[in-house]
Amino acid sequence: MSQLSFYVHIPYCIKRCGYCDFNTYTPNELQDGATLEIVSNDYIDAVLAELEASPRDEVPTIFFGGGTPSLLPAKDLGRVISTIKTRNGLSPDCEITLEANPDSVTEEKLAQYISVGFNRISFGMQSAIPHVLAVLDRTHNPDNVAKAVTMARAAGFKSISVDLIYGTPGESLSDWQLSVESALALDIDHISAYALIVETGTKLAAQIKRGELTMPNDDLMADMYLLVNQLCNLAGLQWYELSNWAKAGHECRHNIAYWENKNWWGLGPGAHSHINGKRFWNVKHPTAYKSKLFARESPILESEVLSPEQMRDESIMLGIRMREGIDLDSLNASQIARLSSYRETGHINLLNNHLQLSPTGRLIADRIVSELTI
Amino acid sequence: MPAISLAKAPQPLATDPAQIRNFAIIAHINHGKSTLADRMLGITEVVDARNMRAQYLDRMDIERERGITIKSQAVRLPWRSGIDGKEYILNMIDTPGHVDFTYEVSRSLAASEGAVLLVDCAQGIEAQTLANLYLAMENNLTIIPVLNKIDLPNAQPDKFAAELAKLIGCEPEDCLRVSGKTGGGVTELLDQIIAKIPAPKGDANAPARALIFDSVYDSYRGVVTYVRVFDGHLSSRDQIQMFSTGVRHEMLEVGVISPEPVPSKGLGVGEVGYLITGVKDVRQSRVGDTVTTYNNPTKKALAGYKDPKPMVFSGLFPIDGADFPVLRDALDKLQLNDAALVYEPESSVALGFGFRCGFLGLLHMEIVRERLEREHKLNLISTAPNVVYNVIMDDGKEIRVTNPSEFPDGKVKSVNEPIVKSTILAPSEYIGTIMELCQDRRGILLGMDYISEERVEIRYELPLAEIVFDFFDQLKSRTKGYASLDYEEKGDSEGNLVKVDILLHGEAVDAFSAIVHRDKAYAYGLMMTGKLRELIPRQQFEVPIQAAIGSRIIARESIRAIRKDVLAKCYGGDISRKRKLLEKQKEGKKRMKMVGRVEVPQEAFVAALATDADIAKVKAARKQR
Repeated sequence: MSQLSFYVHIPYCIKRCGYCDFNTYTPNELQDGATLEIVSNDYIDAVLAELEASPRDEVPTIFFGGGTPSLLPAKDLGRVISTIKTRNGLSPDCEITLEANPDSVTEEKLAQYISVGFNRISFGMQSAIPHVLAVLDRTHNPDNVAKAVTMARAAGFKSISVDLIYGTPGESLSDWQLSVESALALDIDHISAYALIVETGTKLAAQIKRGELTMPNDDLMADMYLLVNQLCNLAGLQWYELSNWAKAGHECRHNIAYWENKNWWGLGPGAHSHINGKRFWNVKHPTAYKSKLFARESPILESEVLSPEQMRDESIMLGIRMREGIDLDSLNASQIARLSSYRETGHINLLNNHLQLSPTGRLIADRIVSELTI
Repeated sequence: MPAISLAKAPQPLATDPAQIRNFAIIAHINHGKSTLADRMLGITEVVDARNMRAQYLDRMDIERERGITIKSQAVRLPWRSGIDGKEYILNMIDTPGHVDFTYEVSRSLAASEGAVLLVDCAQGIEAQTLANLYLAMENNLTIIPVLNKIDLPNAQPDKFAAELAKLIGCEPEDCLRVSGKTGGGVTELLDQIIAKIPAPKGDANAPARALIFDSVYDSYRGVVTYVRVFDGHLSSRDQIQMFSTGVRHEMLEVGVISPEPVPSKGLGVGEVGYLITGVKDVRQSRVGDTVTTYNNPTKKALAGYKDPKPMVFSGLFPIDGADFPVLRDALDKLQLNDAALVYEPESSVALGFGFRCGFLGLLHMEIVRERLEREHKLNLISTAPNVVYNVIMDDGKEIRVTNPSEFPDGKVKSVNEPIVKSTILAPSEYIGTIMELCQDRRGILLGMDYISEERVEIRYELPLAEIVFDFFDQLKSRTKGYASLDYEEKGDSEGNLVKVDILLHGEAVDAFSAIVHRDKAYAYGLMMTGKLRELIPRQQFEVPIQAAIGSRIIARESIRAIRKDVLAKCYGGDISRKRKLLEKQKEGKKRMKMVGRVEVPQEAFVAALATDADIAKVKAARKQR
C-alpha cells in the first residue's frame, strides 16, 4: 500500500538569522498590526485548503519545519495533524516532528505539542559557543538548549534531535569540539550537523563580501566533519546519512523518505512535493500562497516530470548519502569501473554488493556523484 | 596649380624615365607616414577632397586601427615641379614599418631611387627606422630627411634635425620641416623629391625585368602583383613569366594606382604599377621575384630574391574544439595573402587539435592571430612562441625542431639556435638598464654609439629565442617606453639548451614543454609548476606537478587532494536544485581534459598559456563592455 509523508512549512520567525536564506518572514513583515494568533489561524486555514488536493494515502511521517514552527500555537499545528489523521489515517508508528527554537519553548507549550500528536522534536542548537552564535545571529542562550531538551523529554517526546552548524567564520576546531560534546552530553537521540553554506543575498554573504568575516577553508571544514562523525559514533549515535547521526531506531524516517524518493507532499509557500516521479513546488510568498488558496486556485508554481535518466541521477545522488549506499546491481560496468580510483584512495568501500562512502568519501560525495552520473 | 589632372599627365608606357621619380617613405609607426601620404594625395589632386578619408592607403581595418601599415602600396602622383615648371610622375612606394617585414621593406627600397626619411620631431628616430635607413643607404638611395609634426607644441625640430644630420651626414638645415596634419611644407617636399632623387635608368630595348615588391590577394580579382619595371616593358598583351618558378601566366590586366587601380596599355622602364594574372595565391607571385615576358624572357634575374623564412613558431588551437575546420579554412584563406605564413596540423593532449604555425616574427604572429579572431570570429589560444632549433645527435644526425615536443630524447651532441643582431635606440639614461636586460638574455655587446647628446644606439648579439620571449615588453617597461628595437638574422649559434617538460602526475603536458637555456631551466620550471598549481583544481588524490629535464626533476609542486566537495544539506526542496546543478556539472565535465588520471578544465590550460598581454587584453575588453 502506498504511503504519503507530509512536510508542513511554517514560514515565520521572530527574526531572521544572518545566514538564513529559507523562505521565512517575521509576522510583522506580512500583516501590518495583526497579532500572531490571527496570522497563524489564517495561515493554517490556507494549509488545510491545500491539503484537500493531496492524495489520501496513509501517512507514516509528518514534519513541521520552517521558519520556526514552535512560534505557532500548538492548537493551530494540531489542526493540521488532526485533519490529516481524519482524512488519510496515520500509520500506527507515525513520526510527527516539530522543529523548535530552544528559546521559544516552555513546559506548558511542550505539553500542548505532545497532546496534539507530536512525538519527535528537533532543536536548532547550532553551537554552544557564544561568539559563534553571535556570528550566526542566533538569539538563544546556549544554556537554554539543555533546559529545552530536559523539558521535552519530561513532556514525553520519544525522539529528540539537535541541529548543529560547523564552519562558521571565527569558529575553531576546538570550538566545534566543545559544541559537539555539549550536544552529546544532552539526553538526545539524534544529531544533524551541517556545514555552513553562505547563500547569496544573506546578511552573512554581505559581511563576507565586505571582508568583515572570513569563511574557514575546506580543510578545516573537512576536519570538523570527521570530528563530529567520530564523536557521534563514539557516543553511540551511528552515522546514517551524510549529515545525520542517530541512536538505533531514532533515524528520522521523514527525511529518509526524501532520500529514498518516496511520495511526500509539502504544504505551504515554497514547499516542494514529489509524487510518483513528478516534482512540483508552490509559489514562494505566504501572501501569494494564501490568496491563491482562498481564491480556490492551485498554489503550484512549477512542476517537472522526471525522465528515466533524471530519476536514475537522483537515486544515485540521494542513495549515496545513506549508510546502505547504492546497490551495485543498479550500476553499469563503466560506472563501476570509474569508481576504482576512489576505492584506491579510500573514498569508497564495496560491501555487501553495495557502494558505500567512507568518512573521507562522504566529504567529496558530490564529486563521486558527478563521476557516476556523467 | 602644380597639380596636373590625370588625363593630361604623362601616361603609363609613354612616360620618359627622366620624368619619373620613385621614392619610398621610411618612418616608424605613428610618425605620421599615412597622414603625410594622405596629404600628398590631396595636394596632387589624385584624390579630391570629397573622396578623401583618413589613412586612405591603408586597406585593412587592422592597419587603420593599429596605425601601422602591413602591406605596402604604390601610388602614381603627377606633379608639376615648382622649381623647373616641368611635369613629372612621382611613384610613392609605401613601406611596412616593422621589424618582421624587413625583407618586404628591402624590396620596396630596391624598387626606389630615393627615400623620404620621416621622423616625428617630438619623438626622434626609432630603431626600426634607423635599421631601414641603413638599409636604404646600403642600397645607395638618395635620402631626403623630413621632420614631421612641426605643428605639435612639444616639437623639437632643431634637436632632431641635428640628430638626423649626424646619421645621414648632411647639414641640419637640409632637413625639411612638414606637417602632415596641416599640409605645411608638403608642396616643397614634392619639389625636393624631384630635384634630389635621380630618375630611374634602364634599357628600354632589353628583355623585360620587373621586380615584385608586393603581392596582395583580392577576393574579386585574385592576386594583385605590384612591380617596378627595370628594363624593357610589360604590356597588356604579354604573357608573363615568373623567373624563380618559370611558370607562365596570362596577363589579364596591367595598370597603375592613382590611387584606385587604373588599367593601362603597359608599364615602361622605371614605371611602377600592378599586374593581374588570375593567380589565386600570393605564393605564386612572390615578393622579390623577377617578372619577365614569356616570348622574350630575360636571362638574368634582379638581385635579392629570398624565400620568406618563418622564424617563430607557435601552436594555434581553437578554444572550442568544434572550430577546428573553421580555423583550417581561415588559415587557408589567410595564406592566399601571406606567403610567409606556414602551418601544419598539430594535436595536443592539453589543447586538442590545432595548427603549428610559422611566422616571420612576433608582430606577424600577432597580426595573424588577430585577423583569425576578428575576421573569422575564432576564439584561439596560442602556445608560447619558439624559434627553430637545429639539434645534432651524437651519431651526427640533424633534426630541425619547430616544436619543443619534437625535441629528441636520445643523445644530443649540440643544439644550434638562431642569433640576431639587434639595435636598440634609447635615451642615454637607460644604458645601464638595457645592458642589464641584454646580459640577462645572453646578449653579447657589439658596440654603442651616441647618435646625439642624449640618445644612444646600442648593438647586441642576442639569441632570437630570448627576444621572442617577452624581451620587447621588458625593454619597453624598463625604459618607460622610450627604447626601440630592431634586429636582423645573423645565422645560428650553439647554445647550452635543454628541453624542460612539465609533468602532471607523471604525464608530460605537451603544450608546456619548452626549450630554454640550461641556466634558466629552473626558473621556467618553477614558474610553470607554480602557475599550474594555482590553476588546476584539487583532485581526489594528491597531484605532483614537476618540471623535468629528461628524467631529472628540477622543480616540484603539488596539488593537495581535495578534502571537501559536498553540499551538506539535501532535503525535499533541495533535490531539484541539486540535480540541476549536477546536470550543469555534466556539461562542464565535457570541457574537462584528461591528462593521465588528472582532470583539468580547459580554462586552466588557457590561463596557464596566457601572457600578461593576453590578460591585459581580456581585461581591457571587459572594461569596454
